[in-house]
Amino acid sequence: MSVDASLDLPMHERADVPERDEGAHAPTGSRVDLVGLFRESGIGDVLAELDRDLVGLAPVKTRIREIAAHLLVERARETLGIVSGAPTLHMCFSGNPGTGKTTVALRMAEVLHRLGYIRRNHLVSVTRDDLVGQYIGHTAPKTRDVLKRAMGGVLFIDEAYYLYRPENERDYGQEAIEILLQTMENQRGDLVVILAGYESRMETFFQSNPGFRSRIAHHITFPDYDAAELLTIAERMLATMHYRLDAESRQAFADYLDRRIRQPNFANARSVRNALDRARLRQANRLFADAMGGAGAADAATLTLLSATDIRASRVFDDTSPPGPA
Amino acid sequence: MRITQGTFSFLPELTDEEIGLQIAYALRQGWACSVEFTDDPHPRNTYWEMWGLPMFDLHDAAGVLQEVNACRRSYPEHYIKVNAFDSVRGFETMRLSFIVNRPAVEPGFRLERQEAEGRVQRYSMKSYASDRPAGERYATRS
Repeated sequence: MSVDASLDLPMHERADVPERDEGAHAPTGSRVDLVGLFRESGIGDVLAELDRDLVGLAPVKTRIREIAAHLLVERARETLGIVSGAPTLHMCFSGNPGTGKTTVALRMAEVLHRLGYIRRNHLVSVTRDDLVGQYIGHTAPKTRDVLKRAMGGVLFIDEAYYLYRPENERDYGQEAIEILLQTMENQRGDLVVILAGYESRMETFFQSNPGFRSRIAHHITFPDYDAAELLTIAERMLATMHYRLDAESRQAFADYLDRRIRQPNFANARSVRNALDRARLRQANRLFADAMGGAGAADAATLTLLSATDIRASRVFDDTSPPGPA
Repeated sequence: MRITQGTFSFLPELTDEEIGLQIAYALRQGWACSVEFTDDPHPRNTYWEMWGLPMFDLHDAAGVLQEVNACRRSYPEHYIKVNAFDSVRGFETMRLSFIVNRPAVEPGFRLERQEAEGRVQRYSMKSYASDRPAGERYATRS
């Protein structure tokens, strides 16, 4: 679903540039042109790029567009001298495996920097091991070091729920959590924290740490991809790896996706990537067998094509195998 | 008597924002910043105590400012300085070092004269602050 890159601003927010002086008693610059600000800020380019590069992910794109509109209005208010505090931008990305949480988080730093929310375009990506120490007194300096490195940019904590391990009382995750919460509250203007993880486990994590939930302004759910989106993702992955599908293999892959989605343990884009890797393996074997059987030299076209047989050889098509767990 | 050691010492006190700008400059040059403190103001005192380790791989001044403010909260009546170390081969030295915190009252120095053999005089400088033991040298700010 491609979205128009221009923001739909409600009519009452559109202000016209004053055509003449309003008189000596009126404050200078009492009107601001939001459309002009939008054009010169380059936000449209950022949004268009995001639309192009990410397949699907409607809630994410909507939220980013809303943040961009918020920024625009903030700038407009600044030109009129109405200043408000820095907005809270901490986010939580939850969703099933392979739905693009880490990918979007990596891009979020760039987006926020270009929107002017953060000072620096850098992202520090950590997991629990980078924050929690192994012995008493180890955690606090470790966490603070990570926070200092991330200042001015984005701190991305992947698999955030591992921070809290209630079953092990010698676990120092709670200390790391407390330091994080303190920094998230006191230095909102300096740092943006993005947590990511699987939905059910993040829910448990938030229930045991209500402080986190209240500090996070944007809870964004990453929906599962549908078959058409997965096919587009597959084609993009293949294009970067210089492979291609012909009409038959595209149909074969569409069939494969239909069946695979219904099977258990489907990890969206990651499963697609694995399937493509297996197809490349089968293609390599086929080409090798053909060459050994005297087929002659292979050209670029042959080497880049994934044929329907490479895809249909998958176990997913094997109807005689017993059905997997529901 | 306001000690004039380090960079910017003849200027009025830097504000937090200005300190941040100087740190940002140092970080842009790729220098590692560290915070040190002491209560012995003698100019030959080169061994100030370290507040934490030097902060390598930082990109933003906010992290260093955090440490400066934490040090100020712990030692409000000590001299605190920020150092910036350049590790490039050929330099490998402190490039910038400026004081960011001072005690409210700085008593200053006196000249001590010592008579040696013949009528030779040997001179040394002594700070009034160091008459008292470490930790009790400056009155706490009210």
